[in-house]
Amino acid sequence: MSAEALPLARNLERFPELHPPLDAQAALVEANRCLYCYDAPCAAACPTHIDVPRFIKKIASGNLRGSALTILDANILGLSCSRVCPVDVLCEGSCVLHRYNQKPIEIGLLQRHAMDAFYAKSPFLAAGPRPEAPARVACIGGGPASLACAAELRRHGYAVTVFDDRPLPGGLNTYGVAEYKLRPSDSLREVELVRSLGVEFRQAEVGAAVSLDSLDQNFDFIFVGVGLGAMERLGIPGEDRPEVVDALRFIAHYKTSHETHVGRIVVVIGGGNTAIDAANAARRLGAEEVHVFYRRTEKEMPAFPFEYEHAKVEGVQFHWLAQPVEILDRAVKFSATRLAAPDASGRRKAEALPGSEFAFVCDMVIPAVGQGRLMKLLAKSRGIGLDNGLIAVDRPTGRTAHAKYYAGGDCVNGGREVVDAVADGKRAALAMVRRLEISRA
Amino acid sequence: MPDLSTVFAGGIRCPNPFWLASGPPTNCGDQVMRAFDAGWGGAVWKTIGEPIVNVSSRYSSVDWNGQRMMGLNNIELITDRPIETNLREIAEVKKRYPKHAVIASLMVESKRETWHDIVKRSEDAGADGLELNFGCPHGMSERGMGSAVGQVPEYTTMITEWVKEVARTPLLVKLTPNVTDIRAVARAARRGGADGLSAINTINSITGIDLDTFTPRPNVGGASAHGGYCGPAVKPIALHLVQQIASDPEVGLPISGIGGICGWREAAEFILLGCGTVQVCTAAMHYGYRIVEDMIDGLKTWMDEKGFATINDFQGRSLPKITDWKNLDLNYKIVARIHGDKCIGCELCYIACWDGAHQCIHVDAGDRSAITVTPIAKLDSLREGDGKTPPERIPRVDEAECVGCNLCWLVCPVEGCITMEQIDTGKPRESWTERTGAAS
Repeated sequence: MSAEALPLARNLERFPELHPPLDAQAALVEANRCLYCYDAPCAAACPTHIDVPRFIKKIASGNLRGSALTILDANILGLSCSRVCPVDVLCEGSCVLHRYNQKPIEIGLLQRHAMDAFYAKSPFLAAGPRPEAPARVACIGGGPASLACAAELRRHGYAVTVFDDRPLPGGLNTYGVAEYKLRPSDSLREVELVRSLGVEFRQAEVGAAVSLDSLDQNFDFIFVGVGLGAMERLGIPGEDRPEVVDALRFIAHYKTSHETHVGRIVVVIGGGNTAIDAANAARRLGAEEVHVFYRRTEKEMPAFPFEYEHAKVEGVQFHWLAQPVEILDRAVKFSATRLAAPDASGRRKAEALPGSEFAFVCDMVIPAVGQGRLMKLLAKSRGIGLDNGLIAVDRPTGRTAHAKYYAGGDCVNGGREVVDAVADGKRAALAMVRRLEISRA
Repeated sequence: MPDLSTVFAGGIRCPNPFWLASGPPTNCGDQVMRAFDAGWGGAVWKTIGEPIVNVSSRYSSVDWNGQRMMGLNNIELITDRPIETNLREIAEVKKRYPKHAVIASLMVESKRETWHDIVKRSEDAGADGLELNFGCPHGMSERGMGSAVGQVPEYTTMITEWVKEVARTPLLVKLTPNVTDIRAVARAARRGGADGLSAINTINSITGIDLDTFTPRPNVGGASAHGGYCGPAVKPIALHLVQQIASDPEVGLPISGIGGICGWREAAEFILLGCGTVQVCTAAMHYGYRIVEDMIDGLKTWMDEKGFATINDFQGRSLPKITDWKNLDLNYKIVARIHGDKCIGCELCYIACWDGAHQCIHVDAGDRSAITVTPIAKLDSLREGDGKTPPERIPRVDEAECVGCNLCWLVCPVEGCITMEQIDTGKPRESWTERTGAAS
């Protein structure tokens, strides 16, 4: 599949951008508003620690390329992060201006301004010089964690091959982010930037087309950035009916295919950000009614508050304290729930209320109840420890129980943001570089 | 309500001390009448002389932190309209606005008869006073006029004397700042018989260079020439020069203050340093004549608060508070206090003190080993922020090391967060002169 085949025109129309970019004058005014804090809290709040005041002051000084390079130095996916980061809980959330009765600096939009200017000039980045003791690293998975790991390694001169089992690289940035936040074409531009550093991409599934043994033989280190795989199954009768499409498949389909079917009345099951992305997309693709069912309440919902507010504006309807018990023909049978007292982890479990079942009529069901965790092959054959279905690593280095294997991104952190995956990938790359340097010395 | 009406330099009457300075806003009668309608108390007409030819592209400016025109530079010359036209319009303005001050700014070649002629004609047209333009630093100075006169005390005295031979109205000399000691020229004007001074004219400047074409601004067909700088940026320089001549016993003339006045605050400052009227140009060029409304309103409100009934009540009040450094009290001691409840944690004071001052503000380094992740409700037990600055981001002052330089207070973006507090040193007042026994 090529980038040209993407349904860009339809999606531009159906999914116009949520936050339009700043024009040059507005960016200048906003950049000048930044106080240029020392040891700035915004930079500390960024998982990749972008030097925010530095890149903002470079916008103010008219050094847009320097600004972009400052961002990319810390975060190779600065373009997608500028669009998808939940800045309210990250950099902008920590802006000191909150405490000064002022609007925080629009860091996300300023970062986007610098990145857009950078990408407007068919960019490339130079790899680092070839190290004295060359090494080869394989990255499994083509998403943000692997891209960040690969880019960082190339900057230190090491050879990297990314193995990805989808037709296009980029992982969830290409297939899984709501279209009005990030388009696959932009994700692919970032992939091209990583490629310009000299990273080799192979669209081949490890464990099928490529064996783990061959990776072990040909590479010094292996980075696992495979994400979480398919969505978790609901585990209820009727789940295999054709009108049931899990949220990630639904999103990937509309982002990459011209023909996306959507029902007239759509039920989305789950309360996370992906459930909201899917619900909004169903609305924009023509569903008359979209109903989100969550087994707890608004208060426990894991989605960010601004995502919830956005969905209400889109016309999505929310139903609390209900969990599905069976998918019927053109309906979902729910049971009402009540919340038990908080358990050890502080969460309140939802318990079904006997005799409270009801059917809700619909013609499409989108489960969005978290992603499954498919790392069994690695665990079985390489002795990599799993913890609650996630790959267990030493957090500062991303190193697994197997000395040759590192891991990062959703398969380690359980499914966070793009910026968290980038930080994981970068940390793992730097840890590998340190080990290579130590072993040479 | 306070009374702003003013009588300046022995006879120029105006309803308030706000005059438009000689420049583009006073180029013609229509403009000056609209300015008077807006509230201006007087206007110094765009300099009258033999009409000149101007170049195209005349102004350039310095922007700062996203704000336009912090400083303005011009290479425009005096009026390009015939003398008769200007004088006819002065007569018309005076007929319609008899209570407002119209001052004729003049610049002609250095011939006694020529000066006599223009002075008589201006006064016949009804001008309330004369301002001799000895300050214009560009273009005209190359022809032996403007600052070419104002930079030579002897020329200044000579032409002032010529004018006084025939003048019947008060005579002001406008001074150039482009001299080593402005007092020398001010004294020369006094010797020539001037009734008052206008200060300052524009400062020689090159505002900037286009980094694509390498041509300085303003660009006139690929070249530029130095111009005269004015606007908010020059106020501190103007205040100093005004204080110099206002404090000099050998000058002793009324002063019309000019230089970066944008509102009532700057006007009050110039008056506190001795000025009787103030003149404004750049601010009116930037925003129009309407700015005078708040100049009047704001000054009156401030005067009311301070209990001043007239301009005279506070004119020159700050002059005794400027002295030579050698007379300052070496035993006066202040230190910085950071009020943590107001601190927003930007740490600008810390880095300013550390790199730019005396290394007496400290912060405790936070934990750098922690891994930052996006907080997600389902994965993390979220700690609700209380909206307060984390204690580790609030800097501390080592008061024993603090020299009281003010830098932290100047850089702090929050009003009242850092205060400079006086410390009792237990020592009596003592100046450098007193300490060293040198003659004061």
